[in-house]
Amino acid sequence: MSSFWSAWIIVLTLPVLIGCAVLLKWNLTNHVGVPEDSTTGHEVDGIEEINNPLPRWWTYMFVLTLVWSVYYLAAYPGLGNWQGFLGWTSSNQGVKSLEESRLAVEKAKAEGLNVQLDREVFKADEVYGPVFQQFAKRDVLDLAYDDDAIKIGQRLFLQNCALCHGSDARGQQGFPNLTDNDWLYGGTPDKIKETLLYGRKAAMPGWFDALGEQGIKEMTAYVLSLSGRTVNDREAEAGKAKFALCAACHGADGKGSLAHNLPFGAPNLTDNIWLYGGSAAAVEETLTKGRYGQMPAFKQTLGEDKVHILTAYVYRLAHPEPAAQ
Amino acid sequence: MSNKNHHDKIERSVGLLGILTIVAISFGTLVQITPLMFMDETTQPVDGMKPYTALQLEGRDIYIREGCVGCHSQMVRPFRAEVERYGHYSVAGESVWDHPFLWGSKRTGPDLARVGERYSDDWHYAHLMDPRSVVPQSNMPAYPWLDKNVLDGKHTAKKMTVLQGYGVPYTEDDIAGAAEAVQGKTEMQALIAYLQSLGTHLK
Repeated sequence: MSSFWSAWIIVLTLPVLIGCAVLLKWNLTNHVGVPEDSTTGHEVDGIEEINNPLPRWWTYMFVLTLVWSVYYLAAYPGLGNWQGFLGWTSSNQGVKSLEESRLAVEKAKAEGLNVQLDREVFKADEVYGPVFQQFAKRDVLDLAYDDDAIKIGQRLFLQNCALCHGSDARGQQGFPNLTDNDWLYGGTPDKIKETLLYGRKAAMPGWFDALGEQGIKEMTAYVLSLSGRTVNDREAEAGKAKFALCAACHGADGKGSLAHNLPFGAPNLTDNIWLYGGSAAAVEETLTKGRYGQMPAFKQTLGEDKVHILTAYVYRLAHPEPAAQ
Repeated sequence: MSNKNHHDKIERSVGLLGILTIVAISFGTLVQITPLMFMDETTQPVDGMKPYTALQLEGRDIYIREGCVGCHSQMVRPFRAEVERYGHYSVAGESVWDHPFLWGSKRTGPDLARVGERYSDDWHYAHLMDPRSVVPQSNMPAYPWLDKNVLDGKHTAKKMTVLQGYGVPYTEDDIAGAAEAVQGKTEMQALIAYLQSLGTHLK
């Protein structure tokens, strides 16, 4: 705040406080012209106005609020740029970027400033940080079968992941089922962690311009035939002829990018697992319009230690029993 | 004891009482509100902030029209519980171009100040069409008509001009292209574009 506005606030605030005190003082003496407790002479319908003094309890309350306001303005930020003798502030206000905010937090920590939010966060880090660090040191495969880690993981999952993947983790149209051990980007602990930390952006282009209405129909038939579905053979045959378009991501065999160690997240088309629905109509829609799935990144929101536990939880979802040694 | 009763004058003249009341109240306004209109902390945007695009602006008006602010706040308070759940607390520099701001004061649903880029467009579409399809325990109403209503962009440029008058840095090009940018888009697309923009400057 500039010194002008600081002065503005101080110059307006203090006289108001003083004014309140003067007003109280003035009202404690009788200026009405008649003795206290006697009638002022006003009378309406038999009701008389009596010149009563201020009630004592009310007067004391008024004095208390005045005393409190003086203490408050001395102790807390309120009077312009005066920071208050407690040095208290709720948060690092007025930051203009995450970088500035981060520096302010560091400064608060280094100088021991009394920033309420930062203190709360430091305290929580002190208490919970070591717990998460203990878990972070252990292997995901080990944590996946540790009851405590799974309990924490479940809470993190319900708060952050269940919105899309469902509280039972079985997903829904457009959001993958995490319990079926069918993966788009890989189901190893490392790959799961990568997905959680950095998110994923899938892009399946629409093929209507390239294939046309009939072409989409034929390709739909071929794609469905890959999972052994009953289709019109002639259409499927025609679709197969153009499958080179799809093979770039899904592989010539349609088994998806993961089977070929490619990072596109292109699903396996031969396993009868459908992210956007496996009806002919749904597949046609996918082919016509394309699909653009998106998994958000959680590195910022959760931090690596929590993501580590979450990785174990997600791994466990797909592997309810530990692998035989 | 003096016989002069000045207060009697105030009590008997409504005009004088009104004027003196306004004087008394104005001290609070002058101290608490006036400086906010001029201080850098509350008038300068956060780094890298951009005004709403034409489509986002239309989405914001739909947000207002449908009363989203009645159940969703847009203000992450500086408490650890909120910061952990939603992200960085809201700062004044993020709302300097919001006229009016939509901080809200009621949270039947979650805070939306940092909802931008948190879910995919597909998720928002599914959620607005039928909230319970993605969040089974939700009690939010569905807004399927947003997908049917198409924007004509008739007033978009005018809205931007008005906001320009409040200091939102729209360029003449922005305003000239406004109608074209929203024409034919559905209200659903506009609202999702707006939601995806929320809070992304401090993320």
